Amino acid sequence: MPQISQILETYASQFFWLLIVFGLIYFTIGHGMLPKIEASMDARDRKIADDLAAAERARAEADNLGDSGAADLTAARNEAQAKSSAAKAKAAKDADARLAKADAEVSIKVAAAEAALSKATAKALAGIEAVAADAAADIVAKVSGAKVTPAQAATAVKAVMSHG
Amino acid sequence: MAGESGKIDPMYQFQIEPLAQLDIAGYDVSFTNSSLFMILVLGALWLFMWGGMKRDLVPGRWQMAVEGVTGFVNNMLTSSVGPEGKKYVPLVFSLFMFILIANFMGMMPFGIVPGVHPFTVTSHLTITAVLAVISFGTVLIVGFWKHGLHFFSLFVPHGTPWWLLWLIPLIELFSFLIRPFSLALRLFVAMTAGHVLMKVLAGFVINGLNAEAAWVPLVVSIPSFILMIGITLLELLVCAIQAYVFALLTSLYINDAVNLH
Repeated sequence: MPQISQILETYASQFFWLLIVFGLIYFTIGHGMLPKIEASMDARDRKIADDLAAAERARAEADNLGDSGAADLTAARNEAQAKSSAAKAKAAKDADARLAKADAEVSIKVAAAEAALSKATAKALAGIEAVAADAAADIVAKVSGAKVTPAQAATAVKAVMSHG
Repeated sequence: MAGESGKIDPMYQFQIEPLAQLDIAGYDVSFTNSSLFMILVLGALWLFMWGGMKRDLVPGRWQMAVEGVTGFVNNMLTSSVGPEGKKYVPLVFSLFMFILIANFMGMMPFGIVPGVHPFTVTSHLTITAVLAVISFGTVLIVGFWKHGLHFFSLFVPHGTPWWLLWLIPLIELFSFLIRPFSLALRLFVAMTAGHVLMKVLAGFVINGLNAEAAWVPLVVSIPSFILMIGITLLELLVCAIQAYVFALLTSLYINDAVNLH
């Protein structure tokens, strides 16, 4: 086994060259190149994390905007509803008031008309009594020849008409 | 390949051969085939990392691969040590990638070029021992640095009954001290055994084809070849698993040092 049989002749050379090579690897590669590679990996990880955080922030903002938009919409709808119901109520009230006024005017006119009618009826009735009394006096004179005073005839007619 | 005619020595692949003589302060630090493969590992790892340095916001395939590996080591440390584990990512990453690429480099089919054969750096006890000492030394330094002498409370787990206080710390101390050996031996043995097995099977295939009797290739070479395909895939898995185990155990040991159980 050369590893053991040659050990006394070769150990110095092996140690010497291994220390040179391993020293070069440790200092130039381990301490020179490795940190740069790790730095670029760290920079990438940080960039990814930052971008993710920014995206998350943007999403939250968008959510917020959406929420406030929905709230605005609801408020506007409520306002519109309130306005329309107020307008409806006002219109109904106006209509009631106008109706009441018109009613009152109409009832005044009706009352006047009724009064005029009853007056006219009374006048007509009075006219009819006079005519009937005249006619009754004439008829009595013609039939019986008796002279009836107009006052007698009027009371007789009144009595008949009030009974009749 | 080595040795006498027709004999295939499964151990020859672990032979260290000097490519250029070099002496420093009386020590023989020659540039060997092992050193060459360490340099290749360094080059491959540097190339791999360089391809992932574009630092795009949206990563390409290569950058994704590099970031996958760094993220994997990062996760391993943060899950076993906690947020403090980030400090040890360079160390564990270096250990993990060095072992992983060295293991894979030993599996590369460089042998198709005549005269070249791949060398598995991590199949050498000297290498795995140094890596284990680096891992264990970090644990010791971090432990004493952070907790001072209180670090020794690691050897007295919570809830130890008083009448076992003479035994439990002894066992804990022993299991603590054995860590560098288990780390080093596990990797060394796994890589060596796998490569020996593959070489032995490859020897069956080649020697069977060279045999004089016509039935031998059919009975020996073809089944060995089919088996070898499976073993090779298994070895690739072992390469990754051993690197993972080394890195995971190192991060668990660092957790002991940082958090004291």
